[in-house]
Amino acid sequence: MIAFDELLSRLGGLDRTELQHWVENRWVLPEQHGDAWLFHEVDVARVELILEIRHEYAIDDEALPLVLGLLDQVYGLRRQLRRLCDALAAQPPEVQDAVRRTLPPKDDKSRFN
Amino acid sequence: MATQTQTPYQILGVKPDASADEIRKAYRKLAKQLHPDLNPGKPEAEARFKSVTAAYDLLSDPEKRARYDRGEIDESGAERPRYSYRPHAEGAEGWKYQPQGEMDLGDLEDLFAAFGSGARGRRGPGGAGSGQGFRARGGDRSYAMTIDFTEAANGAKKRLSLAPDQWLDVTIPAGLEDGQVLRLKGKGGPGFGGDEPGDALIEVHVAPHPLFRRDGDDIRIELPVSLAEAVLGARVTVPTVTGLVTMTIPKGSDTGTVLRLRGKGIQRRRNPGDEYVTLKVAIGPGNDAELAEFIEKWAPWHPFDPRQGMSSV
Repeated sequence: MIAFDELLSRLGGLDRTELQHWVENRWVLPEQHGDAWLFHEVDVARVELILEIRHEYAIDDEALPLVLGLLDQVYGLRRQLRRLCDALAAQPPEVQDAVRRTLPPKDDKSRFN
Repeated sequence: MATQTQTPYQILGVKPDASADEIRKAYRKLAKQLHPDLNPGKPEAEARFKSVTAAYDLLSDPEKRARYDRGEIDESGAERPRYSYRPHAEGAEGWKYQPQGEMDLGDLEDLFAAFGSGARGRRGPGGAGSGQGFRARGGDRSYAMTIDFTEAANGAKKRLSLAPDQWLDVTIPAGLEDGQVLRLKGKGGPGFGGDEPGDALIEVHVAPHPLFRRDGDDIRIELPVSLAEAVLGARVTVPTVTGLVTMTIPKGSDTGTVLRLRGKGIQRRRNPGDEYVTLKVAIGPGNDAELAEFIEKWAPWHPFDPRQGMSSV
């Protein structure tokens, strides 16, 4: 967990007002501790992500929430899929086999027309 | 982006989509111009020759060139370190950033609904006849928060924000230990098929305090006192986790004297801890002529060696 200034000095090319703006827009959700913000590991990684999206892919402030929103949805779905896989893994072997047998092959288009 | 080191394409003077043949021709041309044997005593040409050779090494190998184009390796062929957001997004604290409500377990429910009545998986209580296909308890969710030392000592009510317009009210019990995990029943992910929700697991960190130190249910603090207060006794104000209190310093106290403030430690409802105050005599701004004069007369009549026990070492 690190404070605002520490984060600024750790990540070059990040400016103070910019980071403030991200937090105010709730693109990054640091922990509020008194008057200070505390950035957890996940928040630091998210700041790096936004930094990359903004600067390297030149996504502007208008499009950024859309990009973040989509990314968050993908990660949400991956989480749900993993939960489903965990639930399947906890089933008896015969149930797992049955699921495996009935899983349509990747190139099976019959379900989607 | 600021001007950086040249790309291998720039070094050879070819376009990024140049064919292998074009690259080979460009290299041969430059190599002839710059070869050290043809440019004796020109270190600049030699340096360029080296970079041209390195660029050709990279681009003439189709596999290396492809990896360079994908950004996996840099000009020197070294792996580019890549940070990744994914492990964080999918890690214990990643929940914070996941859309809640419109995109949550509903999706999994849709998935199960797509299995339709043909689902012959595990069925929960209610059985096949209920029309409910699949039931599962919601998942537990992990969060982390930091509280003040005094909040941990007294207990507190805190609000943990999870996402815009979403929060959890957390009751911190007095005496919570750093790193303790609180479980909020039913505050995790919703269950499906009418099953119960999971729990929220909150790992709570206690920020260290500049004055207080915890010792079980007791709190320890070091209190500076003046020479006069130690020798003559005094009433002084002492910080405790519940606020300032007045304490009597007995006449003839010394550095290391420990005084107890009963019930001023961790505020457990039954048997709260105590605060132990260790005195530390501070003589005050140095070079007090009057004090020196007095000690000069006083010391010879009161011999005292505070290092007596150390002489045997």
